[in-house]
Formats: sequence, C-alpha cells, structure tokens
Amino acid sequence: MSTNGPTTRKPSRRAWPLATAVGDLYLLSVRALRRDTRMLDAVLVSIALPVLIMATFVYVFGGAIHTGASGLAYIDFVVPAVIVMCAGYGAATTAAALAEDLTGGMIDRFRTLPVTDWVVPVSHVVASLGRNLAATAAALAAALVMGFRPEATTSDWLLVVAVVGGYILAVSALAVVWGLLVRSVQAAGAFSFVVLFVPYISDAFVPVETMPTGLRAFAEHQPTTPLVQTLRALLLDQPLGNAGRLTAAWLLTATALCVPLAATLFRRRATS
Amino acid sequence: MGEPAIQTIGLRKAFGSTTVLRGVDLSVPAASLLALLGPNGSGKTTTVRILTTLLSADAGHARVAGHDVAREGASVRRKIGVAAQSATVDGLLTGRENLELFAGLHHVGRRAARRRAGELLERFGLTDTAERRVATYSGGLRRRLDLAVSMVAAPRILFLDEPTTGLDPRSRVELWATIEELRAAGTTILLTTQYLEEADQLAEQIAVIHDGRIVADDTPAVLKQRVGSERLVLTLATSDDVQRVGVLFDGMAGQGYTTGQPNSSSRDGSLHLDPGARQVMLGIQHPDQLRLTLDCLHRAGITVEAVDLHAPTLDDVFFELTRAAA
Repeated sequence: MSTNGPTTRKPSRRAWPLATAVGDLYLLSVRALRRDTRMLDAVLVSIALPVLIMATFVYVFGGAIHTGASGLAYIDFVVPAVIVMCAGYGAATTAAALAEDLTGGMIDRFRTLPVTDWVVPVSHVVASLGRNLAATAAALAAALVMGFRPEATTSDWLLVVAVVGGYILAVSALAVVWGLLVRSVQAAGAFSFVVLFVPYISDAFVPVETMPTGLRAFAEHQPTTPLVQTLRALLLDQPLGNAGRLTAAWLLTATALCVPLAATLFRRRATS
Repeated sequence: MGEPAIQTIGLRKAFGSTTVLRGVDLSVPAASLLALLGPNGSGKTTTVRILTTLLSADAGHARVAGHDVAREGASVRRKIGVAAQSATVDGLLTGRENLELFAGLHHVGRRAARRRAGELLERFGLTDTAERRVATYSGGLRRRLDLAVSMVAAPRILFLDEPTTGLDPRSRVELWATIEELRAAGTTILLTTQYLEEADQLAEQIAVIHDGRIVADDTPAVLKQRVGSERLVLTLATSDDVQRVGVLFDGMAGQGYTTGQPNSSSRDGSLHLDPGARQVMLGIQHPDQLRLTLDCLHRAGITVEAVDLHAPTLDDVFFELTRAAA
C-alpha cells in the first residue's frame, strides 16, 4: 500500500485481487459457520458423538482391551483415537455442506458476483476447521471428566492443535473433492461414514498385534496409525519414532493432491 | 442510440448430443424490458446462464453492458444482477443477513453493506421479516428477497429467470409491480417466462424462443395481432344448430370454415365448427363482434347455451409462430 507513490490515485480494491479474495473468504466463512451453528441437530451430533464414542470405549470396551506394549491405561490409549475419529467425521461433513450449495444453486449465484470462484469451496474448509477444533475441544473436555490425564507441555499442546488442524484440513480437502464428484447431498453425506470407519482398522482403538496378518499390514500402513501415535506421543509423553514424519508426509501429500484436483473439478462442475 | 445493453449473435450450445441453442439472436436496448417467452426446455435458462457468465457458448457472441461475456466475465459480473429460477437465498440466514452478505461480496465495505441492506429491506417491503430466517418465508416473500439480493449492487442490467413461477396470483401481481418499478427506474431487464400474460404485462419487447431458436421478436401488440386476439366459443343446443351456423356465417361473411377436431387454427375471424361437441369457435378482434354474433344467432332462432371467451395461450402463440416459421 505504501509502495503506491503519493501521486497514485486512491487505490481501488480491484487493484488488490488477493485482498479482495481474502475479504470474500472471510464473509463466506462467517456465513458457513453461521449455517453450522443454526443446524441444531448437526451441532448436537458434532458434540454428542465424540462424547458418546469416548464413553463407549472407556466404559464398554475399555475393561476388555489390553493396550499391549505401551502399558497405558485404556482411557489414555483411546483418547487420541477418539479425537482423530471425531475430527475426521466432522471434517468429512464438509462434503455435504458443499453439495448443498452446489445442488441448491447457491454456487451459481456466488459465481454471478465479482467473487473469485475458489473462495466458495475454501470457505467451507475454513468453517470446517473452526467447527471441528471446537468439537475436538469438547471431546477433550469430556475425556478429562472421564479420567484422561495428559502429560503434555505447552509446546506439545500447540503441536497437538497443529496436527489435529492439519488432519481436519486434509480430510476437509478430501471431502471437497468427494462433494464435487457426487451429484446429491445424500451421497456427499456418505463420506462421513467412510472417514468414521477407517480409524477402526488401525492402531487407534486396539493394538495392531491382535489383528490377522492382512488386516494388520493395512492397519500399520494407513495414515490413522501414525497420526494417532503422534498424538499419543505428544499428549502422553510416549516415544514418537518416525510417526511424526509419516503424519506430516500423509497430510501434506493428501492436501497437495486434493487442492489442484478440487480446483479442476470445481471449474468443470460449475460450468457444466 | 448507443450499444444495446444486451446483445447476442448466433448463440449455440449443446450438452453432449442434445442441442439446446441453435443460434439465438437478441438485442435489448438500455432501460427496456425484454421477455424471453418459451416453454420448458426451449433454451431460456441456458441463454440466461450464458449471458450471466455461468456457462460458455459453443459458438456465437454475447455482449452485456458493453463487455464480451466469454472474455470479460469479471467486468460483466460487476454490472449485472441475477435472480435464478429457484430463488437462491440462504435459508439458514435471516433476510437482513442475506442482503448484508451479498452486498459485502460486491465489495461495498461493511458499513455501506449494512446501509444498503436496510434500504433494500425497506424498498422491497421486507422490514417486518428482516430478522427471520429465510426458511420460514413464504414463496412470495422469498422471491422478493431474491430480487432484493440481485439488486444489492444497483445493477444497470437485471436477469430474472422465471421470477413468478410457483407464486400465488397475489404474490405474482406484487412482484410484477416491483419489476415495473425497477424498469421505470432505468434498469434494463431480461426476464424469462412461460406465461404470455406476464410477458404482455411487463415487456416492451417479447422474444419467443422455441427449440433453441428465436421464432419471433417484436412488441406485444404486434405479436398478439399475429396470433389473433380472443377466441369466442359458443356451445349450442344441438349439433344441427352448429351446421346452421356454418351455413349462416358462410353466406354472410363469405369466409371459409373448417370442421373436425378443435385446434388453435380458428382465429382472425375464421370459423371453426365442432358438431360433436356442439361448439362453434370464432376469432374475435373487437368486442362489437361478440354482440353482432350473438344478435345474428338470436335472429336466426339458434339457442346459445354457453359463451366462453379465451385469451390466446402460450400454446396458441407457439402453434401460430412455429407454423409460420416452418
């Protein structure tokens, strides 16, 4: 701004496409968050579901599952898993939110405005990040009530927020791709169940040593395993190993693949 | 006269193997209202989507507000307002929030957005419902908000895709009044509709679209003349009476008439007889003709059981225009 000489005319916002886009992104993200808070059933589900899942694992399965080599109490073992599951589930609902805009004509209306087109799907991702960090905080609060005792330092907590945030962003980006591929809100909603199911076949809820060989190979190499291990290491002062690097690689790769794919699909979908 | 506000030359569009537009030519002068009249599937929405930069044409040119829609989409978007067929406002937001959102997306600044929302709520009679969520609005109210949203940036050119479809008669009349006001204030409007009555009521110029082609483009008065105005349908006591009317009118006016199934070809004074239904159909250009016809039948001792006057429908317009085009 100060680079404009004194002789330059009053800078129009059009001269700053990125600033304009960021302003639009803010407006549309606020809109998406407002929508989220006004769907009462969705709000209840996104808070009640983590708490219910947490309670189920702690009180129902907890007594029967041994945590293997780690020697952790089951509640400590399972909290990072429940966090991943719930953050993933919540982020996956981005597909339905976007599909609703696509099928209901809102995207078309936004596209007749002087608004950069990528801002609309990205606003749903931003709203997803806000919504799911809040839901994760609710789940953690419930865990503390049930007896979860983390041993994390402040910097550990900041890393936990970064990892969970990164996971929410990656799943949301994947959800945008899914939302653009399917033709109905119902089909878009199905993505949540895929994301909800994947953590079961991992190190998240039961130690992988208990699984049959084929399943175990999948469980050891799918992204939820290093993700949950990273969170355990940060929250419970456990050895990190190469879980941190694997997690970073998974999240960055997923995001790097999804963003251009989503952009291409969005342009194609919107102009057909 | 300057450049038309909206102009298209030879617009063509196909979706896969389905050709939707086969060369659409339109020209809408600034500050006028053109009604694009046609049935479902005739290409109305596709035309609007191309003009509002939502869709690219396969061939042809379109200019809106002096900008090429294909190459200068961003400039076009700054100058137009669009209300789509399904009133696309956010049902989970209130009326005021919707207006503030869309004003904000036109980059007017936060304070100006708030002021503009207040003005539009007032102008479109939405102040009482401003704080209610749009999901609770009636169809008419929702449409009015939709129209208000498309006016947030005070566009010089407005596209309304079937603005009154699905509205009750009262809401329709109210919306017509609002559209009239916008036009009177100098907005150029392109409106699509399936209703001849609506086009007649609002438009200076009606373009009739059929199967992706403009089959007529003229003032409502000229179009109605081409179609014939109203049609008189008389139901008589017996089918013999119907035959007698045929003889009577044939001798009187020296005009030919047709018999058989009723269709839309009976107009402009030509007579159509349907003895099976005991009906006589006759085009009426002037109210006097109605009186003369009834007098004439009365003198001949023919009893008329029912009198119906039909305004020409969209079907009539199409039949007439597509027949002429063929």
